[in-house]
Amino acid sequence: MIRRQENVILDVITRIMVPFIQIFAFYVIFHGHYSPGGGFQGGALLAGSVFLQRVVMGRERSLSGFHVKLGVPFGVIGILVYGGTGLVAQVFGGNYLQYEWLPFGLDPVWARNTGILLVEIGVAFAVMGILISIYDNLSAREGEGEKR
Amino acid sequence: MNDIFTTLIAERWAYLLTVVMIIIGLHAMMMKRNLVKKLIGMNIFQGAIILLFIVHAYKFGASVPVHDAVLGDHPEAYMNPIPHGLMLTAIVVSVATTGVALALLTLIYRRFGTIDEIELLQKLREEP
Amino acid sequence: MSGAHGAEAVVDHAVSMGQSHLPILVILPLLLGCVLVPGLGLWRRRWAYPLTLVAFALSAYFAFRTLFAVLEGGPLHYTLASWAPPVGIELAVDALGAFVAAVVSIIALLVAVYAGEAVRRENPVREVPFFGMMLVLLLGLTGMVLTGDLFNLYVFFEVSSLGGYSLMAIGHKKAPISAFRYLIMGTLGASFYLMGVGYLYLLTGSLNMADVAGIISTMGLNPALLVSLVMMVVGLGLKMALFPMHLWLPDAYTYASSTSTAIIAPIMTKISAYVMIRMLFFVYDWDLFLNVHHIGDIIKWLAIAGVFVGSIMAIGQKDAKRMLAYSSVAQVAYIGVGIGMANPLALVGAMLHIMNHAAMKSCLFLVTGSVAMQTGAQRLKDYAGLGRRMPWTFAGFTFAAMAMVGLPPTNGFFSKWYLVLGGIEDGEWPMVGLILASSLLTAVYFFRLLERVYSKVPGEEQKPAGAEDPSFRMRLPILLLGVGVLVLGLFNAWFVSRVLSQALPHGMSLPGF
Repeated sequence: MIRRQENVILDVITRIMVPFIQIFAFYVIFHGHYSPGGGFQGGALLAGSVFLQRVVMGRERSLSGFHVKLGVPFGVIGILVYGGTGLVAQVFGGNYLQYEWLPFGLDPVWARNTGILLVEIGVAFAVMGILISIYDNLSAREGEGEKR
Repeated sequence: MNDIFTTLIAERWAYLLTVVMIIIGLHAMMMKRNLVKKLIGMNIFQGAIILLFIVHAYKFGASVPVHDAVLGDHPEAYMNPIPHGLMLTAIVVSVATTGVALALLTLIYRRFGTIDEIELLQKLREEP
Repeated sequence: MSGAHGAEAVVDHAVSMGQSHLPILVILPLLLGCVLVPGLGLWRRRWAYPLTLVAFALSAYFAFRTLFAVLEGGPLHYTLASWAPPVGIELAVDALGAFVAAVVSIIALLVAVYAGEAVRRENPVREVPFFGMMLVLLLGLTGMVLTGDLFNLYVFFEVSSLGGYSLMAIGHKKAPISAFRYLIMGTLGASFYLMGVGYLYLLTGSLNMADVAGIISTMGLNPALLVSLVMMVVGLGLKMALFPMHLWLPDAYTYASSTSTAIIAPIMTKISAYVMIRMLFFVYDWDLFLNVHHIGDIIKWLAIAGVFVGSIMAIGQKDAKRMLAYSSVAQVAYIGVGIGMANPLALVGAMLHIMNHAAMKSCLFLVTGSVAMQTGAQRLKDYAGLGRRMPWTFAGFTFAAMAMVGLPPTNGFFSKWYLVLGGIEDGEWPMVGLILASSLLTAVYFFRLLERVYSKVPGEEQKPAGAEDPSFRMRLPILLLGVGVLVLGLFNAWFVSRVLSQALPHGMSLPGF
């Protein structure tokens, strides 16, 4: 899984499939709050697309797609988006995570829709970042990642 | 006798399946020597609980819990979506726990060279 | 339209901001901290610890404000995300919850003060993730205490457990093995709790604790309800280390690093005990199940067996941390005894013991951590004569040890006193005798250690290197906790009359308060 699979067919098919997987993942994220789907599922699919690259193309070559160092920052940004949306809703009136108070100048029902959508996007990025960082940590060679 | 058979197996087979999965998961967690197999047993056990919740969300003749213009607003026409939402959260928790467990297993394997429970307990008992 | 509405609401909101938002404000600093500490810590390592300390301090401040708000104004309810309960999730803080939240946050703050230097000395490479995991642990524990929704409690339960597993895996070389065992058993416990919640949801259709309690009180005995209660007791008993499900605890506490044990040992098992109190007394019909159907008796006898097993095993230990770990098993079992007896005085004793044991145990584990870091001594015989070299450290240790044994006027005496009173009221003379006998056993192993610590060692010329008091930052929490043990004991009447008498479930009231 760390070294490259020296197989042209796998390489080409991966290169074709990864964009489709990611587009489908975004579809799942954006339709999550009123039909099957949502943040976690979309995030897992996004992470899956990166795993496919890591497994087929080997660690070094797939680093240009998604670098190892990006895993935890994506996770942090995702959770901050989630928590931040709730906090913004709290600052502008209302309780934590009461999206109708978001200051976008929208009708309350649409404000809640937008709020949930923002939260789902945050969750998706958080899940993607953390799943990829779990995979990278488990497949790291000994001594890697210990410098910090 | 026929009555028990009908009630227990024909009508409630989903719960029997849950019980079977719980037993398999517990057996794996307790009896298997390899730590990875224990982890798999834990996942099976959590899957059984997820099954228990989801089975209860089903209603006879109901459709998926997505609002449909044709079916209208009657709650009887849709399956209960709350257990589905709860179980999504439970799956996420299970994934996170499995991630931590795998990281611990990797660390154990690198330090001790084995992931067999009996050998590890021996190493635990000997003086440092 | 929504702009004007918004402006008026902001003004209204600014007026009432401090009061009505208190429950979430206890959790928010920890939530933001546990994301920012790994994030900013990757960038600038030196910011990790100050951020952690600020997060703990803010959370403790809001926890105390919540406690005083609840004592004056009654229970607080905070709805999240604009769905009103029972459909939506709410935070429901009553006197018991506010009390436990305040205890947890102040103990965590004191350990965090100690941790600043201890973590740097014990494992400097992993400093940033360590503080992040401390925040995750506290986030989960505080959320568990303050929530009013059954499934939300499960989520916070698992969040805190994940923090606990990660913290336990750092330390000794053998730590990951015991952390893995703890992981398997802890997840099993949480899964049993989830099954109990599943049955409750199926029977009542609601996940809100107050709503479920209302529906259950009209239901009487139902086999499915009994099964769900049993599953919850088993699951929470696993996490609480109630005998015979305590086997993960000694190894886990012994091999973890000193700061990990110091923050997990006082609070994690206690919060599981708190959840058991919350479930058994506030959600289920406690009179029906605990008294009529003898579940209380089962819990009581298992717990007193746990007290004896823990105390006897502690006497036979040679390693200091292992002795304290078995002692923890015994002390948490006292809380189990109080729960099982199910009368007002015993329950007050159990709740008081949550606070008392948290203070005593954290002091003791901080002392063993300091000693291990300063002199490298881990086994009890290496503690000989250290009392004179490390006077402040062992002063705190002495107070905490006296409290563990139960000498008045330290706080340990009063919680056992209430347990004994509860036993006398119910006429449970065997239980009373066993509680008193176990105090004698506790005295055996603590006084043996105290004598060894303060005795003069022949051939004192080979001084163990570094046998002096640790730095001020590490000494301060030990001293504060040592003094606190006395102060909490002297003021226990205030706690019982002002806080705990309001914390009892309905159907119970304290005589004479």
